[in-house]
Amino acid sequence: MGSTEHIERVTDLRAWPGDFPVSHLYTLGIAGERFLRELKDSGRFMGTRCAACEQVYVPPSMFCPRCFAALEEWTEVGPQGVVRAVSTAHRSVSGGALEPPDTLALIQLDGASSLLVHRIGESDGVSIGAKVEPVLKDADQRQGSILDIRHFRPV
Amino acid sequence: MRKVAVVGAGLTRFMRRAQETGPELAWLAASQALESCGLGLKDVDSVAIGSAPDAFDGVHMKGEYLAPGAGGWGRPVTRPYAGGGTGVLMPIHAWLHVASGMFDVCLVVAEEKMSTCHPHPQGAFVTIFDNILERPLEPNLIWIFALEMRRYMETYGITKEEIALVSVKNKRNGLDHPSTHVAEEITVKDVVESEVMVAPVNRLDVSPVSDGAAAIVIASEEVARRITDKPVWIDGIGWNLDTAYWTNRDLAYPAYVERAARMAYKMAGITEPRKQINVVEPYDPFSYKELHHLEGLLLADKGQAAKITADGVTQRNGNMPVCPSGGLLGVGNPIAAAGLMKVAEIFWQLRGEAGRRQVPGQPKVGLAQAWGDLMQVGTVVVMRVD
Amino acid sequence: MNMKEQPSGSLPGTPLSDEAVQKGNVLTLEWPSSLRYAWDTGVAVGRFLQELKEGRIIGRRCHRCRRVLVPPRMFCERCFRPTDSWQMVEDSGTVNTFSESHLRWDASRIEEPILVAVIGIDGSSEGGLLHYLGEMKPGEMRIGMKVKAVWKPAEERQGSILDIRYFRPFDRSTQDRPA
Repeated sequence: MGSTEHIERVTDLRAWPGDFPVSHLYTLGIAGERFLRELKDSGRFMGTRCAACEQVYVPPSMFCPRCFAALEEWTEVGPQGVVRAVSTAHRSVSGGALEPPDTLALIQLDGASSLLVHRIGESDGVSIGAKVEPVLKDADQRQGSILDIRHFRPV
Repeated sequence: MRKVAVVGAGLTRFMRRAQETGPELAWLAASQALESCGLGLKDVDSVAIGSAPDAFDGVHMKGEYLAPGAGGWGRPVTRPYAGGGTGVLMPIHAWLHVASGMFDVCLVVAEEKMSTCHPHPQGAFVTIFDNILERPLEPNLIWIFALEMRRYMETYGITKEEIALVSVKNKRNGLDHPSTHVAEEITVKDVVESEVMVAPVNRLDVSPVSDGAAAIVIASEEVARRITDKPVWIDGIGWNLDTAYWTNRDLAYPAYVERAARMAYKMAGITEPRKQINVVEPYDPFSYKELHHLEGLLLADKGQAAKITADGVTQRNGNMPVCPSGGLLGVGNPIAAAGLMKVAEIFWQLRGEAGRRQVPGQPKVGLAQAWGDLMQVGTVVVMRVD
Repeated sequence: MNMKEQPSGSLPGTPLSDEAVQKGNVLTLEWPSSLRYAWDTGVAVGRFLQELKEGRIIGRRCHRCRRVLVPPRMFCERCFRPTDSWQMVEDSGTVNTFSESHLRWDASRIEEPILVAVIGIDGSSEGGLLHYLGEMKPGEMRIGMKVKAVWKPAEERQGSILDIRYFRPFDRSTQDRPA
């Protein structure tokens, strides 16, 4: 029978520190590129429609994940939308307090079937079902990022 | 157990960097594979997704991330993983899905987007080494290949020039592959004079990192016979893993590839592989690996794969064509997709659909093999057409 | 030399050049990684590191398969049972395989190559450690050559694999003694 040595004292525990030394440069994809370019250049929201499944995907997808069809029909959605879920975070990723607290919502833009995640701002709190509108950065400050939207606020 | 066949296949281009996201690449390959056999997503019962470390694409839970593009919406999905061995582990896994009787059609999708990883995908491999006893030495992934190549060369007296013939052959074969981004006409001299990376590995000994996706459709006998007159049967599967304590192994011979091969040969009823297998796609991320693996697959005597290569046996018109696709060296290396690309190649070769890459003589039995992890895993499939 | 006449247009996929990315022709998102870890060393490696600090190399013995394992582990992966006892081994060994690296971990090039080897440590079974070779030129490395650890001085050792600077050629006839 082999010996089964254990570490008995907590003070004998040893850990070796290290990290994961890479970073990532993501492309946005064929659909993502167009979505954020439209947001950047024209300040408008686009989705892709699958007529067979009666879905409008926002963010848009180049294919329908339900039926696998190629989606070529782009359609404008929003800019207003409806809050479908909402939550306020009081703690940051590293566990400390978030000041001010961050309110995130799942928002269904008018005409879209799927939901967009973003922040709620200029508000003391929204309920599910509340109508919201986006507050965009000025055109010359937009970069083609989801943060080109500052937040959504109640209409 | 039920007979299982590959009935369709699809590939994207392999690229240094794709604009498409991972799911988009997956969909491009998967939809093509379904289209190639006249099936739709509604015909798919289960999905197997293959992708190597999440660190390359830089997304956590890569299988779930890829799933919408791999047909995984609302279906049973699994993601088996074996590093570079994944591409051939996929059809093995899908075989289990279908042979068990649980599913009739399994869609198999492999994808990799290595370009996302900065400063270089090699950096992600730093975590393949032991965190405490090896990483402080700041190793580069290529060290283990170089150390294995050196051991292999010295044990059997093989020269760099002999090994370079593999790069020459595969990069030339790759010129006929529509996915390639790295094929070219080169000479042995080009290889041995190319930049030394980690001796004895030179730049042209190494397959480049790539983005890309591959997909195949696997079906039960009943479905296969209904939709195609040339189902390619998966006759044998084998897989085997060696210890992660790689410094305690003799790297001259990949014993785990042999064990995987024996498992597949036994199942397929192959008793004389050199005679019975007509076309071979072993994993060739580095030039010497093709030779190393041919020996592990028992298709060449130990230390003799270089000789049969020099003799032309492994050319497309030779007695045992090896990597007629061009392999990783000739087409590109989006890790999991590269292995599945080899399975797709055997599929097309056995059906006579490989176009300019077609090996003559109407091959009936083919083998695809992948390899990966810390010089650890062998995955093998033996395929046959009636 | 480059024959680019392949029918690559027939398969889907949109290749991007580095230039397209750098010039911002396509939108991209850069994300640094901030993953940090503290890996428990465990019983075996914990002791191994402790011994390195003392200028010694220790292994673990499995009585059933009679192997002395370096790096040590508390289980024998072959017999699938706990290993039995500690076993001090030498700080000399034999080069199993070697290489000369012109690349850093991140694929950037270095001028002075790094010499590395897998060294079978004397007293252990079946190989042992990945480490550097030193005090020799690249052309002098040989499979089978005898080497010996060159340690950092005691006050600089920290309980790390780097407490050994590298392994140098070891000529038994000159009566080298373990540190």
